[in-house]
Amino acid sequence: MAELSKKNEPAEPVDATPNVTEVEVVDAASETAAIAAIEAPVDRGEPILQVRNLVKHFPLTQGILFKKQVGAVKAVDGISFDLYQGETLGIVGESGCGKSTVAKLLMHLETATAGQIFYKGQDVTKLSGRALKAVRRNIQMVFQDPYTSLNPRMTVGDIIGETFDIHPEVAPKGERRRKVQDLLDVVGLNPEYINRYPHQFSGGQRQRIGIARGLALNPEIIICDEPVSALDVSVQAQVINLMEKLQDEFNLSYVFIAHDLSIVRHISDRVGVMYLGKMAEIGTDAQIYDHPTHPYTQALLSAVPVPDPAARENRERIILTGDVPSPANPPSGCRFRTRCWKAQDKCAEEVPLLAVPERFKGQDTPAAHESACHFAEEKDVVHAA
Amino acid sequence: MTLIDEAPVPQGADDSGAPLLEVRDLHVEFHTRDGVAKAVNGVNYTVNAGETLAVLGESGSGKSVTAQAIMGILDMPPGRIPKGEILFKGQDMLKMSGEERRRIRGAKVAMIFQDALSSLNPVYSVGFQLGEMFRVHRGMSKKEARAKAIELMDRVKIPAAAQRVDDYPHQFSGGMRQRIMIAMALALEPDLIIADEPTTALDVTVQAQVMDLLAELQREYNMGLILITHDLGVVADVADKIAVMYAGRIVETAPVHELYKRPAHPYTKGLLESIPRLDRKGQELYAIKGLPPNLTRIPTGCAFNPRCPQATDLCRSDVPALFPVTERDGADLAGRGSACHYWKETLHG
Amino acid sequence: MPENTAVVKETPEPVKAEAAPAKGAGTGKPRSLWSDAWHDLRRSPLFIASAVLILVLLSMAFFPSLWTDGSPTEADLANNYLRKPEWGAVFQPEWFGYDIQGRSVYNRVIYGARASIMVGVLVTLIVTFLGTLIGMLAGYFGGLLDTVLSRITDIFFGIPFLLGALVVLTSFEKRSVWVVILAISFLGWTSMARVARGAAIQVKQADYILAAKALGASTFRILTRHVLPNALAPIIVVATTALGGYIATEATLSFLGVGLQEPLVSWGVDVAGAFRSIRNAPFVLIMPSVLVSITVLSFLMFGDAVRNALDPKLR
Repeated sequence: MAELSKKNEPAEPVDATPNVTEVEVVDAASETAAIAAIEAPVDRGEPILQVRNLVKHFPLTQGILFKKQVGAVKAVDGISFDLYQGETLGIVGESGCGKSTVAKLLMHLETATAGQIFYKGQDVTKLSGRALKAVRRNIQMVFQDPYTSLNPRMTVGDIIGETFDIHPEVAPKGERRRKVQDLLDVVGLNPEYINRYPHQFSGGQRQRIGIARGLALNPEIIICDEPVSALDVSVQAQVINLMEKLQDEFNLSYVFIAHDLSIVRHISDRVGVMYLGKMAEIGTDAQIYDHPTHPYTQALLSAVPVPDPAARENRERIILTGDVPSPANPPSGCRFRTRCWKAQDKCAEEVPLLAVPERFKGQDTPAAHESACHFAEEKDVVHAA
Repeated sequence: MTLIDEAPVPQGADDSGAPLLEVRDLHVEFHTRDGVAKAVNGVNYTVNAGETLAVLGESGSGKSVTAQAIMGILDMPPGRIPKGEILFKGQDMLKMSGEERRRIRGAKVAMIFQDALSSLNPVYSVGFQLGEMFRVHRGMSKKEARAKAIELMDRVKIPAAAQRVDDYPHQFSGGMRQRIMIAMALALEPDLIIADEPTTALDVTVQAQVMDLLAELQREYNMGLILITHDLGVVADVADKIAVMYAGRIVETAPVHELYKRPAHPYTKGLLESIPRLDRKGQELYAIKGLPPNLTRIPTGCAFNPRCPQATDLCRSDVPALFPVTERDGADLAGRGSACHYWKETLHG
Repeated sequence: MPENTAVVKETPEPVKAEAAPAKGAGTGKPRSLWSDAWHDLRRSPLFIASAVLILVLLSMAFFPSLWTDGSPTEADLANNYLRKPEWGAVFQPEWFGYDIQGRSVYNRVIYGARASIMVGVLVTLIVTFLGTLIGMLAGYFGGLLDTVLSRITDIFFGIPFLLGALVVLTSFEKRSVWVVILAISFLGWTSMARVARGAAIQVKQADYILAAKALGASTFRILTRHVLPNALAPIIVVATTALGGYIATEATLSFLGVGLQEPLVSWGVDVAGAFRSIRNAPFVLIMPSVLVSITVLSFLMFGDAVRNALDPKLR
């Protein structure tokens, strides 16, 4: 099994070969091979999900009858990252940076304009039929808003049980009700609540129901799109703790998308910072939070309100001017240059690549992590105690 | 500066006459399908000119309902104010006629809402909406009002105000729209501004800009400011004092830095501990167990008792008053109060 | 699938409204939005009044013999335009008099309920089914399908209702109840399609639709289990309110002579017949027209009560 998954792994980070439509896996044998690869286990610490040059442009059209494209919102514009088995990858960024679109692309809820998503070596963007269904079973999602992500006309039992209707092979019919009750128990809800409706629960409890639904199919990866931002502070901690407990218990890998940097640091092993559809910086949590080299990360960290007067006093404040530009018309070169205090001519001309900056290359320093800035420079804004 | 009604004699209040705003024993309830929801249960606070009071609480704590009662924009019915006084410069606004209250609203007391986009009318230009304040309240001509609108937009640091005055709300970004809301609230130079989660809908980098602007203008105009928020971090820089609300009551009051350093109520303490840290990776987060109470059935005694790790039978039977908080040796801690029977243990460990 | 239905079976268990549990506390009995609405409805005087009236009308339509021993077609020319109220005596059908052919107005009105209510109910059913199907498909799929279906809807919507009905109905030599029902439905489904389309567009943006897609749910499942149940409330509101309108439409068309015809018994036919004698025997006109009004009013009130109970903005 292990050989199989290795064989199918992408040899090199692949060049973007635009592939808008799903390619039908005609050959039954290749479909079976793909499914075998998808079902194969991956060792802890090995990449389970590899994203290469992912692009999503939403066309802007004009005209009612004869629509013509007048532009595109470049929501995600060439993003690459790996997710390792058993880890949590945090993705932070402000609204409009494309982080939610990344979640939808990973879930196959949107079709990528270009780029690949490899799940255990299989390009998900090219799968269909049974193979796609197998991938779907293994990648699940927890949504932001616990008030709209549960169908108000269905009972909790139906909401979670629906996963078994769609994937009947996971649970034999006679066991489904018991399985739903087990799941409720796992997420800390009374199994007797199975016949209740979503509106009879509080926000935190609803989010637990959403998590139970995500767990129902025994997935390997859970994409969490702002899973706690709609919850009250005192409830956020409960849900975060639950998610960490479940990760250990079920050996899950998380992609944790959020705008709250403190929460992302708490839960993530590695963190990627997004700005206007591009990845600005990516590294371990200590590299990003204590040794940021991208000016945007530094500004973002310095702006986080910290409820500790002692901590905030020795912190540097970088107040950015202006707003995030429109993703339909992003600045040339480095996208952050319009708000960056370090911007020079080079920044307008050349798109900085996401790589370990030249000056830190080969050095054994926490600053040696991937950062998309021409003038990357370490700056500790948080001043860890 | 004192927030505590039960405290001996409020200093400062007696020599400068009545405080700008004083809320006394305010109760608000809503009639719902499930019974009477007691949203506010005896809230007292005072705001003086030039002072910023942060009201901190989670959803359902009654923080916004209190503000709506002050503004006189509660939906009544289903809302009802069975008891309490809201004194604005010594006059009880709850006893005023509708006409009198309308005159105060906007001109003397203004409000900034969380969602700037839905608070602005999409079919009128921003300049028209700003100018309307002057045309209606000050009887200015169209031209004068427009000039005033530009001046205000400059005031709240909207770049190229003169060019953008005729733009419509959707043409502005979230941060700029919130600035316009602030400009609108400032237009008639009110004595008191109530800001209900003014930066919650904004991105962190923009949040800081808007908060700074608000604090700066407040100093400049010497206004009273009530800042309603659920975010412990946002208020730390700008507020003078904080009132923490839980289940419709104030459970703790303190000057800002004191509260963060040494909370005197288990709820505040739990909240502070449950927030992950930006500057270090913690272990498992502390989580306050349980859920906020159902307002139709607030627990007897201290409303927080079912979630409190140190609750005793006393907490389950007696409602704690907002006790004045003192040092171990009895030295007074100005402006501090805690509605916990065991505040001493909580504060001094 | 049987397992699925087993789970479903337990959900609509009748809910004791008195034990109405706390909102959001996760305690208490299961409470669907429908049972919440039912709980509201039972306390609404508007609903009770209209429901009682509608039950009375339905009993006329289905069991006219409960109300009268006579026949609507039994004619005695001797009774032409006769009216002999005997004051003091308890209720008497004779109070309402006899029409030109000496038929009892009372009997005719009782028997006329069937045709009127049948038109109302059946047109509503057809229109709701057709309109919901078209509107939901257009709203959910959007794009080209939406453009095509919406334009078709617009074309039908553009036809003036009465003119359209006149044209369609006059082309039939003999008009049965079914012809009238189909004609009204043919012209009336557009408003329902618009409501359903709007509701579907609103529902499809909810996260639970996305969640179902993420699980790999089929389009059919998403439409039937997620979109339809959530889009149903406004559709039901419009349907109940429109029902009264269809009854009035039938009466109007019959009055104009293009709806139902003698020897069919309907309120519209009666109003049309009585109109000729409005000067010398106005009482013949009163009862059928009052009943049309009461019926329309009952269904309007019923629709209003349902709207109050189902409108999410009020909860």
